[in-house]
Amino acid sequence: MVGDRGWKKVGLVALFLLPALIPLLVFRIFPMLASLWVSMTKWNLLRPPEYLGIENYVEVLTDAKFHKALLNTLYYMVGYLPLVLVGAIAIAVLLNSKLKGATFFRGIYFLPVVTSWVVVALLWKWLLSPQGGMVNYVLGLVGIDGPGWWTDPNWAMPSIIIASVWKDLGFNMLILLAGLQSIPDHLYEAATIDGATRWEKLRYVTLPLLTPSILFAMILAMIGAFQVFDQVWVMTEGGPAGATTVVMEQVVKNAFKYGLMGEASAMSWVLFAIILLFTVFQLRFQKRWVHYGD
Amino acid sequence: MGTESKAAVWTRTIVIAAGGLVFLFPFVWMVSTSLTTAGELFKLPPQLIPNPVDGAAYERLFTEVPIVRWVLNSVGVSLAVTFLQVLSSAMAAYAFTRLTFRGRNAIFVLFLATLMVPFQVMVVPLFIELRYMGMLDSYWGLIIPEMAMPFGVFLLRQAFLGLPRELEEAAFMDGAGHIRNFFTLVLPLSKPAIATVAVFSFMGSWNNFLWPLIIINSPDLMTLPLGLSSLSSRFVTDWNLVLAGATISVLPIVAVFLFAQRYVLQGVAMSGLKG
Repeated sequence: MVGDRGWKKVGLVALFLLPALIPLLVFRIFPMLASLWVSMTKWNLLRPPEYLGIENYVEVLTDAKFHKALLNTLYYMVGYLPLVLVGAIAIAVLLNSKLKGATFFRGIYFLPVVTSWVVVALLWKWLLSPQGGMVNYVLGLVGIDGPGWWTDPNWAMPSIIIASVWKDLGFNMLILLAGLQSIPDHLYEAATIDGATRWEKLRYVTLPLLTPSILFAMILAMIGAFQVFDQVWVMTEGGPAGATTVVMEQVVKNAFKYGLMGEASAMSWVLFAIILLFTVFQLRFQKRWVHYGD
Repeated sequence: MGTESKAAVWTRTIVIAAGGLVFLFPFVWMVSTSLTTAGELFKLPPQLIPNPVDGAAYERLFTEVPIVRWVLNSVGVSLAVTFLQVLSSAMAAYAFTRLTFRGRNAIFVLFLATLMVPFQVMVVPLFIELRYMGMLDSYWGLIIPEMAMPFGVFLLRQAFLGLPRELEEAAFMDGAGHIRNFFTLVLPLSKPAIATVAVFSFMGSWNNFLWPLIIINSPDLMTLPLGLSSLSSRFVTDWNLVLAGATISVLPIVAVFLFAQRYVLQGVAMSGLKG
């Protein structure tokens, strides 16, 4: 392109690039870097920040409340990840081959994904309500005396896990469906010629070739699980008796309730470091179980 | 998958349908509860079709809380964010695919990198930054920081790379510049990808909770999710009222989804491909 030289070209590049680049630098990159500095200060926004060094990190890492929040976050993840992944794999496999109304059902399973977290949390709070809740009523019909769900410290986290699995299953299902559709037909044909049963095809063709998509879904789900917040905030606000306190809820409370900007920033960096660590570990560990076609 | 017996197909259909019911029923129950009178709420057995069907919760919603304002705020903010994100993403994607300049790849990697960093890490300093800019508790604070959408840049770059170049080359020969090429050829040819990004952008903004929760205080500036959550802490056991609000906030997004289902599903599939 002959005319695109000198200042005219610079202007053109700037025109196209800056509307996205400036907000990216100002509202994403800068706060991220600034957050490192904020995490090393004592700052309540009322008085000027005071430099502390790594004190906030020491404080956070030795804080019993943070430990509890971290443990609860892990509890949430350990409950949520297998349920949402196994559920999504099952539904995706069942929906994949020809079925009347498959598109319709795919839409149904996906509805909670497009619904806001606040609505899902409120809806499940009502469904799981120990007073007039539908779930306990249905359990009662089969002779089970339902627990107090989100009002009971032992059942509050399972309540949040149930709501989260319900909301996110459709998203994972869709990622896995895309993976299933990329498995070439000739592999199934070859397996049929070799006399494989449907179960054997699932076990030796479908599942191994689906592992890259499972890994992808798993990493996304894990990153999301570490940052669990909306549903906790709406359903329990971390209660009862701290039974569902999680890391992001602590970040928000520290920063915006107690005015501890430095500690809150340090917490989010610790969380980010843990997420990175787990992601790297998963990518390392994948060679043991992820199967790449070629 | 070869031949499948009739019984197997039936079992599969029944399992899928039963699961589907679990995913659909809570929505039905939400609407049903919103139409129940306060007196009937906790009555057993629960009634699927409320008796009497009663709109009082909706009436209270419209008289006791600024629900109309919340709906308008959500619609306005989401449309503004969607417009800005789609436009800025498309323009950046154009720069990354049609213009050559130094540092092009490095800048693109910068976009990708921010995709990996959770919003949570920057939420505290971003709040402080907006405080200095005087944008707390304002529409600006809800819109301006959301202007860049790295995921949109990524998707649209892929889409623009996939377009056939012949038409554009012909246009350049006829003396068209990049701006005209962008608006008259590249954008119209990428409608499906643009629609996907727009739908994602809209849903993300419509459902956003953490950011409005942090920066908005005035009830009049609340978006729907924030308003709803404030509702639930004010009217703890008025489930019909709370779920009437939930119903109102779900309707537009379900409508968008049903209307644009293809683009939503395509977008998720595309994001999955890079895995």
